[in-house]
Amino acid sequence: MFLSMNWISDFVDLSGLDKLELINKFSLSTAEVENEIFFKGSDLSGIVVAEIMSVENHPESKKLHLLKVDAGEPELTDVVCGAPNVRVGMKTAFAKVGAKIGEIEIAPRKLAGYLSCGMCCSEKELGLSDDNNGIMDLDVNLKNGTDLKEIFEIDDIVFEVDNKSLTNRPDLWGHYGIAREFAAIAGRELKALPVVDLEQYKNLPKLDLKIEDPLCYRYSALRFENITKHVSPMNMRIRLYYCGMRAINLLADLTNYLMLEMGQPMHAFDSRKVDKIRVKRFDAPFKFTTLDEVERDIDENTLMICNGDTPVAIAGIMGGLDSEIVEDTSSLTLESATFDASSIRKSTVRLGHRTDASQRYEKSLDPEMTVPAIARFVKLLLDIDSGAVITSSLTDEYAFKYDDVSLSFDKAFVDRYTGIEISDETILKTLRSLGFGVEYADGSFKVSVPSWRATKDVTLKADIIEEITRIYGYDNFAVNTAAVPLYPVRAAQEKTDEDRIKDILVHRFSLHELHSYVWAYYDEYKALGIEIEDNIELVNATNPNIKTIRKSIIPTQLCQVKANTAYAPDFGVFEIGRTVNGLKEDGLCDEHKKLAITLFSKTKDMETLYFELRDMLAVIADNLKHEPLTFEKIEETSSYKHPKNLNAIWCAGVKLGEIGIANAQVSKKIDKKANIVFAEIDVAELAKIKNASISYEEPSRFPEIEIDLSFVSDKFAPIKAAIDKENCPLIKKVSVVDTYVDESGKSITVRMIFSHPEKTLTREEVMETAENIIKTLEAQNIALKG
Amino acid sequence: MSEKTASLRESFISALATADTMEALEAIRVEYLGKKGLVTDLLKDMKNLSPEDKKTFGQAVNVLKEEVTEMIAAKREEIKKAEIERENSLMPEFDISTPANLDRGSYHPITLVQRQCEEIFKSMGFAVEDYSEIVTDYECFEALNIPKNHPARDMQDTYYLSNGQLLKSHTSAAQNAIYKKYKDALIREGKPIKAIFPGRCFRNEATDACHENTFFQMEGVMVDKNISISNLIFFMKTMLSEVFQKDIKVRLRPGFFPFVEPGFELDISCLICGGEGCASCKHSGWLELCPCGMIHPEVLKAGGIDPEEYTGFAFGLGLTRLAMMKYGVKDIRDLNSGSLKVLSQFTDDK
Repeated sequence: MFLSMNWISDFVDLSGLDKLELINKFSLSTAEVENEIFFKGSDLSGIVVAEIMSVENHPESKKLHLLKVDAGEPELTDVVCGAPNVRVGMKTAFAKVGAKIGEIEIAPRKLAGYLSCGMCCSEKELGLSDDNNGIMDLDVNLKNGTDLKEIFEIDDIVFEVDNKSLTNRPDLWGHYGIAREFAAIAGRELKALPVVDLEQYKNLPKLDLKIEDPLCYRYSALRFENITKHVSPMNMRIRLYYCGMRAINLLADLTNYLMLEMGQPMHAFDSRKVDKIRVKRFDAPFKFTTLDEVERDIDENTLMICNGDTPVAIAGIMGGLDSEIVEDTSSLTLESATFDASSIRKSTVRLGHRTDASQRYEKSLDPEMTVPAIARFVKLLLDIDSGAVITSSLTDEYAFKYDDVSLSFDKAFVDRYTGIEISDETILKTLRSLGFGVEYADGSFKVSVPSWRATKDVTLKADIIEEITRIYGYDNFAVNTAAVPLYPVRAAQEKTDEDRIKDILVHRFSLHELHSYVWAYYDEYKALGIEIEDNIELVNATNPNIKTIRKSIIPTQLCQVKANTAYAPDFGVFEIGRTVNGLKEDGLCDEHKKLAITLFSKTKDMETLYFELRDMLAVIADNLKHEPLTFEKIEETSSYKHPKNLNAIWCAGVKLGEIGIANAQVSKKIDKKANIVFAEIDVAELAKIKNASISYEEPSRFPEIEIDLSFVSDKFAPIKAAIDKENCPLIKKVSVVDTYVDESGKSITVRMIFSHPEKTLTREEVMETAENIIKTLEAQNIALKG
Repeated sequence: MSEKTASLRESFISALATADTMEALEAIRVEYLGKKGLVTDLLKDMKNLSPEDKKTFGQAVNVLKEEVTEMIAAKREEIKKAEIERENSLMPEFDISTPANLDRGSYHPITLVQRQCEEIFKSMGFAVEDYSEIVTDYECFEALNIPKNHPARDMQDTYYLSNGQLLKSHTSAAQNAIYKKYKDALIREGKPIKAIFPGRCFRNEATDACHENTFFQMEGVMVDKNISISNLIFFMKTMLSEVFQKDIKVRLRPGFFPFVEPGFELDISCLICGGEGCASCKHSGWLELCPCGMIHPEVLKAGGIDPEEYTGFAFGLGLTRLAMMKYGVKDIRDLNSGSLKVLSQFTDDK
């Protein structure tokens, strides 16, 4: 919204103050001001009133005229002018030689063979409106040679406030509300709005007006006749133009002017078309043509202004074409109303049509404003067109009145909230300058909130704090740390685990942490032949490529690996991110925090790479929990998992996730020559596992005995089970020292280290245990290698 | 007979001089001192001598034997030393000027700035909390004083899910759960609530160099009996000065967020131009960084905390924005790109 300092100055005397400084303070105390400030008129000089003394047609041009003008100088000036509306005796805006209009400096020059020493100007050429129909037609009583800036408010400072920062301030959608803020900031008095007393019309007949729907809070109206002026005064046109609106005709301009001044949207109907005002909704949808000549679909939720049963306007949004003021309108009915804000907001969204009026109504306007707005309208109208006649009394239906808001608090409350000392006098002065009624006694304040702040904005004591502090200025705050009791803070296990996992993977295994999206990307998955698993979906994504939430991070990670194949022949990536595994019983998403790792290698064989990943996971479990991992084969058909070597990962009785190899159909598309393995574990499940404490054991001072046994076996697991079965406390370490394959199959050589805390073991003592292990395994057809 | 010992001594000395390996030395030792060695052989001739001469000659042979033993020991040390010197001399000089192989991993830049922020707040006794990415309408809006049809919902282009839940549009969505988790300790034991909760947030909008639909924020709250606006400014200023490792100028402007009252927009003096005005700060000298405010009484109430007794502040810091500013990342999309060319550069930053 654009704001004019001239307009604001109508209501508060800011003389002697630095306007830019005030605008900056406004930005820090009230609402964000955009950076660019417009100094209107600053690029305009030397424009004076001049009278056209003679007009001759140019001998060779149909458009051009040769004029002699009196610009208040001893000699008449020759001017060549192309405007269609030139006539003898007309007074117009004249740019003398040496005048500046924007970047242009006026100099004598030849136009179609004749010397022109200046230029007659249109409003558009001077940046005063968008009217370019002809040169300005000024009041004939003006003295020739008078500088135009002495006649009109051309010089102005215009600034723009970000509409978003006014969302919660319905009172700031007009200059008068803004002026109130400037008055409070500058410590100056806010002037009363000049109005007429509507009481004088009370004996005139009332209008036929009825609110038939609770969505209309208040509807005030007045009828006028005999309006003879059609063009708004220049200063009004300039203000409208500077604030981003086109001047149209007097009545339209007046309603717009009132809206920009008070924030109250108004609408004028042709009284011939509207003499029985009803405000209501319709039971069935219908079509309605608004005054911008667009046919719109109206549904049963949209509040309408009607003439009897005929809709004539969409309440709070836009008037209808049929009831619009037209050239021969002699009698009009002025509407000044308030509607339910969220109803207007919803209608705006449904219609896809937001107007200057609707964006104000959406903010919950003050219903108390409708009548003063009419009183102000009448004042402005009669000032401009004294022949206008009011033909009705004020007709005012007030269906919904907001409760008065009154808040009580004491000085201690303000001190506690602000943490600084703001004096009672400052509090009183600030609140009063913003229009709050304040009763004060002994550090206690009783505040009545003005109606324009009470529609939703100020309802709590905390809101009052904002009023006091923003005007006090946050820059003026003393900054203090908090005095609070101290207690130790224990970090959440899951968070600690997460941090350590990242440290291990980055610093020990040189992996790279990536981030990705929580949804499946259709085209990327498709390119790799990865099917999207059924899962919960987004219902309103604007990007058609995303919809389904992922069940696993791995498919995303495979897509990322594909994009990085040129980065290095070997690399590994990881992410701790979220997945969703359908819905839980309570209907909410079953969200999981997972660690996903993918390793890519063009140099290592698959087995080496697979065990590298297995060992990374084991290192994590060992570092974080001092627990070993166990694995269990998974049989699963999947578009991206290889059917072999897919294993569930277990730790301390908790299933953590799985480790596997990329399915050949996917890995071939990523890189024909690369091996790709992946693992995914649930971080929350891992966090559940208690960290087994370090169990220290005094090392034996007696020699150890090493026993190596080789078994013909595909798997280590049964050998491990047979050793564990012995539960022999003397076995200190078990390791696989060799595996090899010959004609009898795969053999595994296990080394067991025995030691006794108090004596030197004999070979016989440990061989008994070894024999038992051999027997156990023989029973399973696992023979000792001969 | 002394000539015999003298000449054997002569021949031993010249033989020893030729020995330059342990093997050669051992051969000489066996030749002279072995059971059938030359020195022992001398004694064979002794039987023909007079008892007097026998004694003299025997003494001379013993002296020679001792002398030879000593010389062999000395020679052994000499050879050992020479062998070590030879071994040392065989070691080549390496080219240490070749580049070091770092084999570095990398953290995501968000992890780095998040950790920096966490460390600052942990050092001031704040708990670091985590929260789900999918939340309910209640958590994201209702509990934050944003009822249905509130205009503030227009500001949030939220991703909704088919079960009615949504992807959290701001980390504030965790506030209600945090209050409920800590309120008993606050009310019964007088322990102030001090928590930060970093997390991923989502906005349903088109992406470009400045906009992402997935980004990170870090929310912070502090609630106790006397938490004030003055405290809020202190913590914001302290955090930002620590993050950027320099004194940061901040300013507060009124900002409208339904879950705080008063609400602020916190600006910091532009890091690029130092407040002079440049393209990054749109020539204002300030960068809008962090919405914050005093927690709205309705929000405290929804969390089970009596706003008459307790006050608190809340802030929401854009971690993604902060990471971009800190490292000079120009295109926000690079952060979620998964590109190792971009991300492998963020090795560590403590």
